Amino acid sequence: MQFPILSVLTIIPLLGALFIATLRGDEAIVAKNARWVALWTALITFALSLVLVFNFDAANAGFQFMERAVWFAPANIYYVRGVDGISIWFVAASALLTISAILCSWNSITTRVPMYHMALMILLTMMIGVFSSLDLILLFVFFEGVLLPMFFIIGIWGGSRRIYSSYKFFLYTMLGSLFMLLAMLTIYVQTGSTDLTALINHHHLPLNIQVWLFAAFFLSFAIKSPMWPVHTWLPDAHVEAPTAGSVILAGILLKMGGYGFMRFCIQLLPEASQLMAPLVMILSAVAIIYTSLVALAQQDMKKMIAYSSVAHMGFVTLGLFSFTHQGLDGAMLVMLSHTIVSAALFLCIGFMYDRLHTREITAYGGLANITPHFAVVMMFFTLASVGLPGTSGFVGEFLSMLGAWQTHPTITAFAAIGVILGAAYMLRLYRACCFGVPATQDVRRMKDMTPREWAIFAPLLLLVIWMGVYPTTFSSFYQANLQSILTPAHHGAVK
Amino acid sequence: MEIATVFLPLIAAAVAGFGRKIVGTRGAEIITTATLGLCAAMAIALFYQYAGLGQTAVIPVLSWINSGTLHLSWSLRFDVLTAVMVLVVTSVSAMVHLYSIGYMHEDPSRAKFMSYLSLFTFMMLMLVTANNFVQMFFGWEGVGLASYLLIGFYNHKPSANDAAMKAFIVNRVGDFGFVLGIFTVFWLFGDLQFNNVFGAAPTLGVNRIFYLFGAPFDAITLACVLLFIGAVGKSAQLGLHTWLPDAMEGPTPVSALIHAATMVTAGVFMLVRISPLLDLAPVARNIIVVVGALTAFVGAAIAFAQFDIKKVVAYSTMSQLGYMVFAAGATAYGAAIFHLFTHAFFKALLFLGAGAVIHAMHHEQDMRHYGGLWKKLPITYALMWIGTLALLGIPPFAGYFSKDMILEAEFAGVTGFTHFAFGVGVLVAFMTATYSSKVIFMTFHGRPRYDLEHAHDIHEAPLTMLIPLFVLAAGALLSGWLAYDYFVGEHHALFWEGAIQPKSELILDAAEHDPLWVKLAPTLAGLLGLALGWLCYVKEPDLPAWFARKFSFLNRIIENKFYFDKVYGVVFAAGAPLVGKLLWRYGDQGTIDKFGPDGAAAASSFLGARLSKLQTGYLYHYAFVMLTALVLLIGWLLFGKAGA
Repeated sequence: MQFPILSVLTIIPLLGALFIATLRGDEAIVAKNARWVALWTALITFALSLVLVFNFDAANAGFQFMERAVWFAPANIYYVRGVDGISIWFVAASALLTISAILCSWNSITTRVPMYHMALMILLTMMIGVFSSLDLILLFVFFEGVLLPMFFIIGIWGGSRRIYSSYKFFLYTMLGSLFMLLAMLTIYVQTGSTDLTALINHHHLPLNIQVWLFAAFFLSFAIKSPMWPVHTWLPDAHVEAPTAGSVILAGILLKMGGYGFMRFCIQLLPEASQLMAPLVMILSAVAIIYTSLVALAQQDMKKMIAYSSVAHMGFVTLGLFSFTHQGLDGAMLVMLSHTIVSAALFLCIGFMYDRLHTREITAYGGLANITPHFAVVMMFFTLASVGLPGTSGFVGEFLSMLGAWQTHPTITAFAAIGVILGAAYMLRLYRACCFGVPATQDVRRMKDMTPREWAIFAPLLLLVIWMGVYPTTFSSFYQANLQSILTPAHHGAVK
Repeated sequence: MEIATVFLPLIAAAVAGFGRKIVGTRGAEIITTATLGLCAAMAIALFYQYAGLGQTAVIPVLSWINSGTLHLSWSLRFDVLTAVMVLVVTSVSAMVHLYSIGYMHEDPSRAKFMSYLSLFTFMMLMLVTANNFVQMFFGWEGVGLASYLLIGFYNHKPSANDAAMKAFIVNRVGDFGFVLGIFTVFWLFGDLQFNNVFGAAPTLGVNRIFYLFGAPFDAITLACVLLFIGAVGKSAQLGLHTWLPDAMEGPTPVSALIHAATMVTAGVFMLVRISPLLDLAPVARNIIVVVGALTAFVGAAIAFAQFDIKKVVAYSTMSQLGYMVFAAGATAYGAAIFHLFTHAFFKALLFLGAGAVIHAMHHEQDMRHYGGLWKKLPITYALMWIGTLALLGIPPFAGYFSKDMILEAEFAGVTGFTHFAFGVGVLVAFMTATYSSKVIFMTFHGRPRYDLEHAHDIHEAPLTMLIPLFVLAAGALLSGWLAYDYFVGEHHALFWEGAIQPKSELILDAAEHDPLWVKLAPTLAGLLGLALGWLCYVKEPDLPAWFARKFSFLNRIIENKFYFDKVYGVVFAAGAPLVGKLLWRYGDQGTIDKFGPDGAAAASSFLGARLSKLQTGYLYHYAFVMLTALVLLIGWLLFGKAGA
């Protein structure tokens, strides 16, 4: 048996959390140690995830690093772990963004520090679990498990309306989970298996059942992504969440929705997905235009980026349901890019918030001259969000629309309006922050990037350019998967 | 050498931008300017290789996008069209770099400025050397970015920020068309590499129907029109032209390089590049001709009402871009590039000359505060005359050759659209002469209207600024007759080989047989316009006011710039955020939240209060109850199933 790297990856953060729990002594020292323990744990996890990446065989469309153990024999439920080219990047991204989350909370989180880092560690375990579990029940447990630490992070370390927001977040996603669970149980009842690899490869569900399952999964992931019109939890959750919460929420949690669409709708229910594709694409286009316009009207920076996230996720579903190679590829790249860019933009807002404690768009101004390094960094991420070619944002958006145009041009034409609106709201934000004259004397006294902040932004900056100039590094991992998804003979041949 | 020519400006930009602390401001100026000088020298060698000897080459740099059947790479395509553009871009850019050292010498952040200029040059070179549509789009957006940064260079000024955003967003509207055009090309050919697409065009490009909005469209026509929308944005054609005059908020060297000589001509370059597609889309070509002709007219008309020296030149640029576009639309591709080529020199000269005047006048740009400057600025005055005569199309200056050729080709065209463009073109030649001479006469002639106390410190620009003016003046004098035979004359078919198919350009040969009056008309119109300008601004200074009173209706239209800005301002600039606010208040909060989560919450807490005394007041407790219930549900279902 090979080294169970995925299980180890999942357990390391948990051990880190346990270690933090055992820390005793003076409060300040415990807090300091908790930060360092969390940071090292996340770094080790990330390093190990890179080992995963380097040992991955990109030519192989199947799942790799498989682990299989009997979990509950009477019910035919197994502990199945494994990653393919689609999920592997999300495992690595989860670890990377957790590092950013810990670093950005270094000075800004001052209450219940050990507990906060335990929550982050557990969150990391759960996220890795979601993206590397191949048994429905196991996956569901992780999927739900993500909610709890995030709920605490928003509810305890959040802003003034944190109770309302965390509740709204929880209620919305629980509703989705409920339907997801029902769908999973139906699959189990229908096929007697909860093994995703077997389900994808060997079971073909009849179309009428597929459609019902699709509806349930769709609702669940539509809330998670989120898609219009079940997106309203997101802006509230972001506004109240601490910076680290927003980073993880936008960077990873939303991708669980996109990942879910890929696995459960496109892969598991291909016929129903094809049938419903026009509807999903119309919803995506509506989301793109609607939320871009709403983003244009926001005064709170976090709310604005939150709405822009909804728009970007619209490009994910647009590409996915085009059922073209470029569309699926684009959807993947939009997700990967948005992971980096949205996280970075929330970190940028965190940079400003840490200094002036306001997220009002009009409270800043002139940062290009006051904190020039920060202004350059933010410019890069702004451009990536706008989708400027050469940055990560472009390739995904371009391919997803290119794919969608081949099958549904009219819908795509509307979605493409989002490209114009995206430029409008992002440049409006950038202008308000970095150009013009400072709004107050406090702005003039703002200090530029610290080494810790450079350490947060530098890797993200590198990735944004890397993915823009040579996305093949990332996309080559899942080309074989996309090929097999789109080969019709793959489904239904084996009953 | 090809790779060095394209990428050295990027390196220079990075060094000047990020290494300012190390190399210093002066170092940044020297590094960027010297780099561009070197690039310009290499461009001459490349021009000889690719235009002179007629070679073509594609130099691979790096693989880029690999998705299914779509394979795109970063690569440099060199053919005669590219060689011409590279020559124009690097030479004008080198001159503008040099000029900027003098022009910006008081600005503390001029290292940043030089860095942006070099970045722009790199992006423009990537655009013209692209071998696929997507790299072209990379350069296309990249020059847009550089333009945005440079227009907003004085970022403490709200007007500069407004103009920068407007330029970026209006160009995005064009890009919207451009990307959809690229998608349609991919739909047609399954590829985006130029060679493959153009090679397949005659077979795969014809008789294909594409359904959009439920209606059938001829696919290649649709693709060309959509791509043209991109050109409308970038080349400031009617409808998306409103950003260009505002872009004059940027420092004057920027206006010369980006908003006259190079970036704004990218649309024309693109139309010529896709000539194998345009050849198959006559309807699209007619649209292009009409839009170009109307642009030429509207730009010239608005220029009459402007008193800001840079704004006049800007509207003149818009008008001249119209000429290039309708030339491309009439398949006179060589003539379009010829005019692009000569225009780059004389318009950069006019802008930099205007910059020298503005520099001397302490950043006063209103011509009503100039007057009689020829005694103070004799060199600038003479150079401005050269630029103006070239713009007017007076022989033997450069503009004469190119503008004449375009209009002859329009006349030789067989459709009513090209004849319309010919008529408009001659009229606009007349108008151009009048408003251009207005610049000369109001600035350099008449009595001084500036504050005479400052008269003693009005002096000629330093050498760093004058040298570029002389070089560009040489271009404005010579580029026309030197290039004529090759670009549009007897050797044109051979010259453009590998870039423009000879059979696409039969119209240039047909133009040989135009009647004599057609060949003379543009020049005569220019001379007449010049005479009218002299009459209005030297001989009878009250005449313009009399015209304005007499035709007050027309005057109001041109003073309001045909109301484009006003309408767009209300509909888009103010409308979109308003709609966003309404959707937010009444869509998100008023409908979705009200009947969704908040409604559910209200209902559940209402029920909760009735059903249970356990209510704690903390909403998240309910969520935990739900989670517990879920876990129980899973357990029950699993064990129930297992037991059964």
